Amino acid sequence: MNHYLEIDHVGIEFPTKDGPFRALQDVNLKIEQGEFISLIGHSGCGKSTVLNIVAGLYQASEGGVILEGREVSEPGPDRAVVFQNHSLLPWLTAYQNVELAVKEVFKGKKSKAEMAEWINHNLELVHMGHAAHKRPDEISGGMKQRVGIARALAMQPKVLLMDEPFGALDALTRAHLQDSLMEIQNELNNTVIMITHDVDEAVLLSDRIVMMTNGPAATIGEVLNVELERPRNRVSLADDAQYNHYRSQVLRFLYERQQNPAQSSASKKPKLVSSGEAA
Amino acid sequence: MKDKTIHYLETFGLSPIVPMVRLASGESPKRQFQDLFEKLGLPLLAIAIFLALWSFSAARVDTSLGTLPGPTAVYQQYLGLVDEHKAERLKEVAFYERQDKRNAEKLAKNPEATVKVRPYTGKPTFFDQIWTSLYTVFAGFVVASLIAIPLGVACGLNQKLYAAVSPLIQIFKPVSPLAWLPIVTMVVSAVYVSDDPMFSKSFITSAVTVTLCSLWPTLINTAMGVASIDKDWINVGRVIRLHWSKQVFKIALPASLPMIFTGLRISLGIGWMVLIAAEMLAQNPGLGKFVWDEFQNGSSNSLGRIMVAVLVIGIIGFVLDWMMLSVQKLVSPQSSNA
Repeated sequence: MNHYLEIDHVGIEFPTKDGPFRALQDVNLKIEQGEFISLIGHSGCGKSTVLNIVAGLYQASEGGVILEGREVSEPGPDRAVVFQNHSLLPWLTAYQNVELAVKEVFKGKKSKAEMAEWINHNLELVHMGHAAHKRPDEISGGMKQRVGIARALAMQPKVLLMDEPFGALDALTRAHLQDSLMEIQNELNNTVIMITHDVDEAVLLSDRIVMMTNGPAATIGEVLNVELERPRNRVSLADDAQYNHYRSQVLRFLYERQQNPAQSSASKKPKLVSSGEAA
Repeated sequence: MKDKTIHYLETFGLSPIVPMVRLASGESPKRQFQDLFEKLGLPLLAIAIFLALWSFSAARVDTSLGTLPGPTAVYQQYLGLVDEHKAERLKEVAFYERQDKRNAEKLAKNPEATVKVRPYTGKPTFFDQIWTSLYTVFAGFVVASLIAIPLGVACGLNQKLYAAVSPLIQIFKPVSPLAWLPIVTMVVSAVYVSDDPMFSKSFITSAVTVTLCSLWPTLINTAMGVASIDKDWINVGRVIRLHWSKQVFKIALPASLPMIFTGLRISLGIGWMVLIAAEMLAQNPGLGKFVWDEFQNGSSNSLGRIMVAVLVIGIIGFVLDWMMLSVQKLVSPQSSNA
């Protein structure tokens, strides 16, 4: 049976001074269209590496990524990335940041007027229409990340990749953005892979939670199906027995089966392209 | 309106005037006076002390050309140089008037006659020399920037290329301009041969020397700036599949603009210092030659005139740096809070 996105026996080794470092081993994951997947695991377990391989920013040492029946090995707008630190270009306004992507992706496919409309539409989608002409240093962290999401959505990706998109935000802002993301997801039904180390975030947003073992040679430990009705409401879910059951299952995996390795092996972790897991 | 004025004043480095603007608009006078004292009062005080020390100690130094001139004597010399310049300009105007009149008479007698128009060949004044030095330094600096920025971007993007050329940069960077000068002079004489030269050889020699010395700071800073761009920005470009040329112009260059400008400012400063030295040594027209000529001349006015030149060289260097800083703030406003 064909799946929309397949991560097939992916492994990767990084060369280091003390010989090769095996970060990932035998990562297998099949994702259907419209699924929201969370990758969760301790810092340094290789979550970001998986995402970067799907994005094409890293090349897998063995195995590969198949999207709609075709192997993908280099970056492209069909796998748009939302980076942890928004990564907006600081000399461009919010509008221009989205425009840079739209102009490149829809070159020859949309007229100028259509592009402008599309850019504004995506900024409205993340509730940033009012600040379209502000530069990143003039808006808050949460707003920057909204623009980052708008830029990724504007590429009309087949898969939306999010690398700890809300990790650098305070709890309240994070909750607002999670609600916005669920709202958008309700409307667009994108296929999403999101990295997180926030258990609540994973349960609230995902259809499936993929839990990763600790590195080196990290792989998928367990996959948890989250069968909660959508739309989901964080307040009513707080007392929901099913929700809390999922939550405790993830916590049990992280803290009983996979001890936090941060103290022992953090120093061996190779540098990741994304700015890493600031925990 | 007021905020806009203040913003522009700060952009152009005129922050000492800001408290006056705030004062005029009635904003907390006590703080503004304090600000005014710090930004304007203290520097003026320092200048006053410097002038006093200068005038006190200069009078106690006896040289073979008389006592070392103090501030007043130097100012007198400056006025003298202005007068000389004006007189020279009058002579030039008179020369062309005489020539035009003579040619007109000649043509009136015989319409077939060939008339010659000769350029005025008077001695260049102090202000002519300033002008010569300014456009020479600009020519050298522009050429250096046109080489250094693209090469720096290439080095910044390609670590292997940088590793390859790095030793060459390290070796040539510390070479004094005076060591370059004889080689440059000989090469220019040998290579730049033309019947109708667009530029004089001395200009080419000076400009090339400036180029050779002001290349390095821009090159190194550009390479560092491009190499240290946030990796996520590069990845954004990769995800949207930006063509490499757009990657350079839309991401790499704007991102490293603050560093590039830091390099350009250092380069222009070095270029200006190098040029004066080169002009002195090679007797190429410019402020350096003015200083050397005055030194050789050795009249009682010479020391004062050299001091005028020293101050003017300093002020021009300061103004050049200020111009670069203003341009930097205009083209990359985010660099001010980077």
